[in-house]
Amino acid sequence: MANYKMQLLICGGTGCRASSSNLIIDELKKQLETKNLADDVQVVETGCFGFCEKGPIVKVSPDNTFYTQVKPEDAEEIVDEHIIKGRKIERLLYTDPETKKHISDSKHMEFYKKQVRIALRNCGFLDPENIEEYIGREGYEAMGKCLLERTPEQVIKEIKESGLRGRGGGGFPTGLKWQFAAANKADQKYVVCNADEGDPGAFMDRSILEGDPHSVLEAMAICGYATGATKGLIYIRAEYPLAIKRLVIAIDQAREYGLLGENILDTNFNFDVELRYGAGAFVCGEETALIHSMEGERGEPTVKPPFPAESGYWGKPTNVNNVETFANVPAIINKGAKWFSSIGTDKSKGTKVFALAGKINNVGLIEVPMGTTLREVVFEIGGGIQNGKKFKAVQTGGPSGGCLTEKHLDTPIDFDNLIAVGSMMGSGGMIVMDEDDCMVAVSKFYLDFTVEESCGKCAPCRIGNKRLYEVLDKITKGNGTDEDLELLDNMSRVIKDTALCGLGQTSPNPVLSTLENFRNEYEQHVRDHKCAAGACKDLLDYVIEPENCVGCTACARVCPVGAISGERKQIHEIDPALCIKCGACIEKCKFNAIFIQ
Amino acid sequence: MFKPKEDRMAKVKSLADLRKMKENLQSKVHLREKADNPEALVQIKVGMGTSGIASGAKEVFNYLVDELEKRNIEAVVTQTGDMGYSYAEPTIEVTLPGKEPIVYGYVDVKKADEIIEKYVKLGEMVDGIIPANYRTIEENK
Repeated sequence: MANYKMQLLICGGTGCRASSSNLIIDELKKQLETKNLADDVQVVETGCFGFCEKGPIVKVSPDNTFYTQVKPEDAEEIVDEHIIKGRKIERLLYTDPETKKHISDSKHMEFYKKQVRIALRNCGFLDPENIEEYIGREGYEAMGKCLLERTPEQVIKEIKESGLRGRGGGGFPTGLKWQFAAANKADQKYVVCNADEGDPGAFMDRSILEGDPHSVLEAMAICGYATGATKGLIYIRAEYPLAIKRLVIAIDQAREYGLLGENILDTNFNFDVELRYGAGAFVCGEETALIHSMEGERGEPTVKPPFPAESGYWGKPTNVNNVETFANVPAIINKGAKWFSSIGTDKSKGTKVFALAGKINNVGLIEVPMGTTLREVVFEIGGGIQNGKKFKAVQTGGPSGGCLTEKHLDTPIDFDNLIAVGSMMGSGGMIVMDEDDCMVAVSKFYLDFTVEESCGKCAPCRIGNKRLYEVLDKITKGNGTDEDLELLDNMSRVIKDTALCGLGQTSPNPVLSTLENFRNEYEQHVRDHKCAAGACKDLLDYVIEPENCVGCTACARVCPVGAISGERKQIHEIDPALCIKCGACIEKCKFNAIFIQ
Repeated sequence: MFKPKEDRMAKVKSLADLRKMKENLQSKVHLREKADNPEALVQIKVGMGTSGIASGAKEVFNYLVDELEKRNIEAVVTQTGDMGYSYAEPTIEVTLPGKEPIVYGYVDVKKADEIIEKYVKLGEMVDGIIPANYRTIEENK
């Protein structure tokens, strides 16, 4: 094995690959080869660093230099300047938005300062396609400890004491879930990993599987040992090709090393993992629907009880956990329940991974201790709102969650606090909205999603959500009435109470929380037929400000429907009846004479 | 799909096996772990501008990396640009945790050995120190 003097870590997550990080890797390898440095400098493709906004990321070890937004053309300069001459390339370093200084070490960036990485501990650090790197970093040690030094009961006790709760959204205590599955006797039991990540804008599970697949496999084996299961299944959506590829490689390698399969570590414990592909239906994230889908049935939920722990996959006791939940398990075993429970809040222990998206400066993946406030996440780690606009709301919990507003900014984020303010943790998507987002349109967007994803089995969800959507559509078109607001409220509550599964029970949440926090916006739409954010096209009028108009006729010439009239050097006018609100005139006007009201 | 390759490492048969394997494989990720917390370790910078390399800085650099590992000393060895002491190449800067950096000149493999044995291990000064004759930007503020 070559003794490398330096290592170049390049992000190989989906985000950075989309910005050609694989070309950067090829180019760096080529440059090192031609400069005779291939034996001294190693190029490693890692999982996601989280700072997707500034991707592709290239990190240099051991001097810990963090290059952002690297292009394949920069590879030669990195090799020539940094590696050969030891000079950092200033223009590729992260620039602090406040001080305008270049920062080379990621530890000093606001984005990383407050983060604590447990589930993401190996993402951006290890080569996910190489089991040896994982083993070199205590990989499978936790599994070994459990198999040889602890009884299944002790493992469950450890997980219970750690206070780990399901990261898929429900927040159910993981140790308790394992205990239920362990208590049921059967000739065959199963461990299922739920990798059906469906919330719009959420990508934490994908990143964990892409960046650290072995952690999940190891945790599943531990769970198998604790609950008495010998088979593991990962239900993953087919839209995650890179995660699937890395999982397949990881499973093959683990079998090859005897860390999955029969008689693991000579303990008579057998455990193997297979993949099951989902077609990307949102409802299949619900565990009963997921199990039906794996059995080849339609992905429809059934009433609980019986819980999967009693009767799951093929009627056998099955324990279903989410990817991020599993990713925490090896760390808990290695470092102890006490360590884990020292992080977080009273009832929510550990950390949570969030996917920051929307109108925020630092789009990306973050992991913070439970109890971190929304303000810290949005303004410190997230770097605030894009283009200096005003913060309006954060949508947490995906289509089942709710919108949190300025008054919630100082709420410490944990499972119970989010529910108390009318939203939920969900799987951890956070979509940030600014003053240009209309909250009625936002809830319409989410309803559109749930209507599309409803499996159709129960009437409240199939019919109710469709009606909700229609009412919202009516309001955004300017035809709403005060009675519609009452109707929205009533219908939402009925759907919540009567729908069969989690999807239906939570789908009205965006409506209820926006009605509660932004009622004035709904009223404005209904009473004044105005949309202050300027997002609902049908409620906008394009007008020409006479004072600014010089009569250049540019707008009239560009208007596709001939809605603008006026003589040369005379003030022009827009006919609202003809105007299709395409915005072409605004783009063309050099005198700021056209605006939307 | 799964094809066992004969040239691969044998199966892990026990926890002891796994731990032994970890010891052997640690070096693969060690460089990165060290990079996460360099302040707590011995840091050595080797001046590797053109004049440094021409005077043999590369050999010294390789020697330091290999020897520190052999002698079980946790250290971060990095290369840096020309330090300006062209008359005294190769030059290296050694920073022990919590101490001021010290620059040594005319460092060949023999000198490097002495620096590891005396200064790094025991904290004893070694001949060949170049006194700091500059101020950094921070100090000048």
